[in-house]
Amino acid sequence: MKKLILGNAAVARGLYEAGCAVASSYPGTPSTEITEEAAKFTEIYCEWAPNEKVAMETAFGASLGGKRSFCGMKHVGLNVAADPLFTMGYTGVNAGMVIAVADDPGMHSSQNEQDSRHYARAAKLPMLEPSDSKEALEFTKLAYELSEEFDTPVLLKMCTRVAHSQSVAELSERREPEAKPYKKDPQKYVMAPANAIRRHPAVEERLRRLADWAGTSGINRVENGRDSSVGIITSSTCYQYVKEACGDRYPVLKLGMVWPLPDGLIKDFAGRVERLMVVEEGDPFLEGCCRGMGLSLSGKDCFPLTGELSQNMVAEKLELDVPKGRGLSEELPNRPPVMCAGCPHRGLFYTLKKLGCTVLGDIGCYTLGAMPPLGAMDMTLCMGASISGLHGFNKARGPEAGGKAVAVIGDSTFMHSGMTGLANVAYNQSDSTVIILDNSITGMTGHQQNPTTGFDLRGDPAGRIDLEALCRAMGIERVRVVDPYDLKACEEAVKEELAADGPSVVISRRPCALLKYVKHKPALKVDAGKCRGCRACMRIGCPAISVKDGKAHIDGTQCVGCGVCGQLCGFGAFKEG
Amino acid sequence: MDTKNIMIVGVGGQGSLLASKLLGHLLMGRGYDVKVSEVHGMSQRGGSVVTFVRYGEKVYSPVIDKGEADAIVSFELLEAARWLPYLKPEGRVVTNTQRIDPMPVITGAAEYPGGLVEKLGSSGAKVDALDCLGLAEEAGSQKAVNLVLLGRLSHYFDFPIEAWQEAIEACVPAKFLELNRRAFELGRGTA
Repeated sequence: MKKLILGNAAVARGLYEAGCAVASSYPGTPSTEITEEAAKFTEIYCEWAPNEKVAMETAFGASLGGKRSFCGMKHVGLNVAADPLFTMGYTGVNAGMVIAVADDPGMHSSQNEQDSRHYARAAKLPMLEPSDSKEALEFTKLAYELSEEFDTPVLLKMCTRVAHSQSVAELSERREPEAKPYKKDPQKYVMAPANAIRRHPAVEERLRRLADWAGTSGINRVENGRDSSVGIITSSTCYQYVKEACGDRYPVLKLGMVWPLPDGLIKDFAGRVERLMVVEEGDPFLEGCCRGMGLSLSGKDCFPLTGELSQNMVAEKLELDVPKGRGLSEELPNRPPVMCAGCPHRGLFYTLKKLGCTVLGDIGCYTLGAMPPLGAMDMTLCMGASISGLHGFNKARGPEAGGKAVAVIGDSTFMHSGMTGLANVAYNQSDSTVIILDNSITGMTGHQQNPTTGFDLRGDPAGRIDLEALCRAMGIERVRVVDPYDLKACEEAVKEELAADGPSVVISRRPCALLKYVKHKPALKVDAGKCRGCRACMRIGCPAISVKDGKAHIDGTQCVGCGVCGQLCGFGAFKEG
Repeated sequence: MDTKNIMIVGVGGQGSLLASKLLGHLLMGRGYDVKVSEVHGMSQRGGSVVTFVRYGEKVYSPVIDKGEADAIVSFELLEAARWLPYLKPEGRVVTNTQRIDPMPVITGAAEYPGGLVEKLGSSGAKVDALDCLGLAEEAGSQKAVNLVLLGRLSHYFDFPIEAWQEAIEACVPAKFLELNRRAFELGRGTA
């Protein structure tokens, strides 16, 4: 059956068809839907792990236990999971294991633009790279075959445009593989030096065999062209841009496996064209490998190292016709993402701004607290860095920090990698104030459950970690909970905890305003007779409030009646709707 | 046939994903190769969002580049203007006349441009602007703006009305079906 299917859903379908039995992932754009879609198949046990390292180790354990397994993550998640990744190359697998990693060129929803292909080379693991949903499904199934044939985990590299595009794929039935027996084999699975020393040559030998396979299997294919003055080597979504721009004019070497590379095939292709061009997003990865084979070519001398490519960009570099559009001559105001109306983070960030705090931030919706008019964030680095960063900041500055610095971190991010930072605060005794923004969900990636919510990936009841009890058990004596819709209570709590000696945790707790179970009050109304147009209510940056004809105006389609704006009004101009 | 390109633009949270799902279903049903490219994640939080819908005999790129769109379907006026450079010179804009102030306008750092419908028209684009929010309210929910817009867009396709109706049935949850049918018909102008 043919189906129009999202790239990520096609990977999930591939997991189903290949007989995958266990999937453990941590959500991250643009990878999240793979595991969400996989969870719709009852044959696959699916879970959200607290972080990517745990997910990968869980998937490894499942492979060891004899069942085909999977873990998925975004590019930066692979940094977190890099520790098991590198050594899994040495142990290999029992049943097949596939790791999907989704890059985000153009940083639609990411903090950096790193290129995951380097991990395949560094960890000496094969990496397949689909260019649409059809290949996403096929390559996922193929990855399991490769994994078992070559005794290795296989990386499946997605990118935003493959993950979040729907295209047509051919679906087929699930094939239930026989479970592999578990056999104790310490020389393969106990990576102490004596065993690892014996495994390393096997890893190198496996790469040589994989490179041979890459040259003959058909996953890397030459598409002939009419004009061999240029030959193009490309992969992934860039292949689609190339085909869009030049159709079958120039010969194309389309790579479906980007590590290890088929040297013979590439050199042979290069020999058949007058000029060689590599079209790739991100780093000059393929380009560097080709240069290493002694080939001369153009690549990043034509195309940017940053952002996404496009069909027009490829057409321009190949001196083909480029369509032209026409915009308005005036400059238009930007529309950056903002915290939603009724977002529980807003009241807390307003408080931090009012108190002039230095805010070490983290990864999540609340990173939007950095945007004007709140502008209440000084640093965002990676998952969990707020707490460890604050600890270091306070150790460096001591009393100079002036009791003004705080860390803010979401509930899911705290479970991901904030706990270890808090352990450091408790153990090495810094006078740090940590604010956990508990909106009872993983918000930014589209509402995934986490260990604090009490529900599992499928929404069924699950274990629930009590944040207050956890923080206390880690040795934090001052733990308090505050409602971020109550500005007075927020200010009191933050002031007191900053002033107190020793570490403290403030849990700012209210569920995400977009959660379906959250009941909202009717939209507020403005009493135009009372409003003086002072714009005090505009300081919270709520998208539902604007000033029209000198008076505050509430957009009834957005306002959820949270009442934070009303607490800023000195004239009682906001009334319940 | 050449590949046709439709862009759906708006503000995160306005419901463009349903519109693209419905179009994708419709076009698949007409036997085309189809690609639909969406935006997820941070931009969805009230930011400017775009969905690309491409169809034809064989579609390669999942995205639409500048100067390539046959039509822009816009949930909000400023967003229609923002994505105008992606329209073919003779392309069509079907837009909701609703105005949603972006944060720089709310904070006073920028002004919402005036006369956008006229400016879009004088750029050479064929512009069809209507109050979709009002029509959606008439249908029973402000959230039905997407179906009002699709109803309007349906004027510019040769597809039989039954094909649209089938796509609506396939893509809309049963309990909102009547509401969405009404919204589509109000947009199409057949109610």
